[in-house]
Amino acid sequence: MDIETRVQIDDESGILLARRSARELASELGFDSTSQTLIATAISELARNILKYACRGEILLRPVARNGIRGITVVAADEGPGIADLALALTDGFSTGRSLGLGLPGTKRLMDDFDLTSEVGKGTVVTTTRWVRSK
Amino acid sequence: MPVPILAQAPYLIASVQAALTDADLIGLQDSLLSEAQRRRCHGVVVDVTALDVMDSFSTQTLRSLAAMLRLRGVEMVIVGIQPGVAMAMVQLGLTMLDVRTALDLEEGLACLRAIPQGRAGRGH
Amino acid sequence: MTPTAKAKARASPNGNSTAASAETLKDDLVARLREDRGELLREWVRAMAADDGLWTGATTPEQELDSGTIYDACVDCLDTGSYQAAEEYAERMAQRAVLGVMHYERILSGVLTLRDVYWHSLSRHYLTDPDRLAGALKAFEPVTNKILLIVAMAFNSERERVVRQQQESIQELSTPVLQVRDRLLILPIIGLIDSDRALQLTEQLLGAIREFRARVVVMDVTGVAAVDSKVANHLIQTVDAARLLGTTVVVTGISASIAQTIVTIGIDLSRIQTVGDLQGGLELADRILGYQTIMGEPVASQIVPATAV
Repeated sequence: MDIETRVQIDDESGILLARRSARELASELGFDSTSQTLIATAISELARNILKYACRGEILLRPVARNGIRGITVVAADEGPGIADLALALTDGFSTGRSLGLGLPGTKRLMDDFDLTSEVGKGTVVTTTRWVRSK
Repeated sequence: MPVPILAQAPYLIASVQAALTDADLIGLQDSLLSEAQRRRCHGVVVDVTALDVMDSFSTQTLRSLAAMLRLRGVEMVIVGIQPGVAMAMVQLGLTMLDVRTALDLEEGLACLRAIPQGRAGRGH
Repeated sequence: MTPTAKAKARASPNGNSTAASAETLKDDLVARLREDRGELLREWVRAMAADDGLWTGATTPEQELDSGTIYDACVDCLDTGSYQAAEEYAERMAQRAVLGVMHYERILSGVLTLRDVYWHSLSRHYLTDPDRLAGALKAFEPVTNKILLIVAMAFNSERERVVRQQQESIQELSTPVLQVRDRLLILPIIGLIDSDRALQLTEQLLGAIREFRARVVVMDVTGVAAVDSKVANHLIQTVDAARLLGTTVVVTGISASIAQTIVTIGIDLSRIQTVGDLQGGLELADRILGYQTIMGEPVASQIVPATAV
């Protein structure tokens, strides 16, 4: 099952589709209900950022495996304005209760691995993965 | 798809359906504000049991709704946040400290009833 | 001559003389140690018993150590170059030691003493021949060092294994959520918490809130010694998540260390209700529940001064 799912994000129906697809894929991979919700929420945030700042982009969903553990990788990519200050974008204002601009620190908390690449004028790519926990 | 609003005087109950679009949410704000005014409601219960995801946008919309209603003397309580959704929300820092929350419809109505009439109370 | 030595001699009559002579020397060592087994065993036990303070008490070395087996196992290592039997034996001894049946220091000391006994015996034999003595040391030393290492490692591994198991057991005591009275739950948290367990705890709590329709939860963290900022955040998140389900969480038993961590990471303490101990927490919970049914406006947003921690 190495199928990659690609969802175009040009309007909010894309957000709903991405969330639904992610939930389906996560369920197939063996993620429990709570984890599915965490993943779908992360995708919702990433997709909203795409719409808000880049107007269009895409979300890629990929099943992965490492050391026998399955996971789902989400790639949120756009060719928007890019993020100037990456460090600032990832700064956690969580504990002080300040509202988060891009929701990236929060999204990072929802997932396990997280990578942010961005170039002003070129675009942004967020690659993030969550692994199935054994219970 | 519009959100069904039930009248259970002196309260309104709005049951949000799954797959709510942004437009639906805005529409809900308008409907509730006008209905609450029309029926001279004291409180509104917004039931989000069917929502499988609550992100920063939907949370912000509901908070604005609560604030707008409060300005008109109408209290609001959100009920039915799913455990998984609650966990995702707190990870994102969406704690909604300024909005009343309750477990379900029954608790939500009990919560509204406990508010002395005519008072714009503080959030839960 | 041992069979192996004979075979080697036959195989390469003019072969590597250094290797052959080292082999011969080693075989000779083994032969001596086996020959003098009875005498050396007695000497060993005597030496251990003389060890000040180590063997005083209910048991003697003879009673506690299977000295013959250990003696033979060590000589076998020297002979065959294989340590598997020694490893297995060390593992068994370690299990008994960690269970408290044997004493680690005694076993280690015993093996060290055995090494000394072996060595004294061998030096006596090769006293007149410094070359052979040097050769004997060369053959002997790595083996005994390795055996000591095996013994030490066995204890370490066993100890670690037991600690891990204990940790898991504590975690597996699937954190009991207790329903105390109508609408009130107690969640006692014990042991170490990591991110995964914190997630599990939150899930369990939220599930229990739904099942018992709890309005107040008293979360007691007396059993949590210390937390890092990550875990402190998790605990706060648990409180926040419960609030989204309409439940007030009262946190009790916060140690000075945890309080420090919470303040350090910048969390506004007025966001959470804290009380010094469980009893106080239950009393507050009762008041909250009472107010909600009688007085009207929920008092959940008030701050209650914590009693001395």
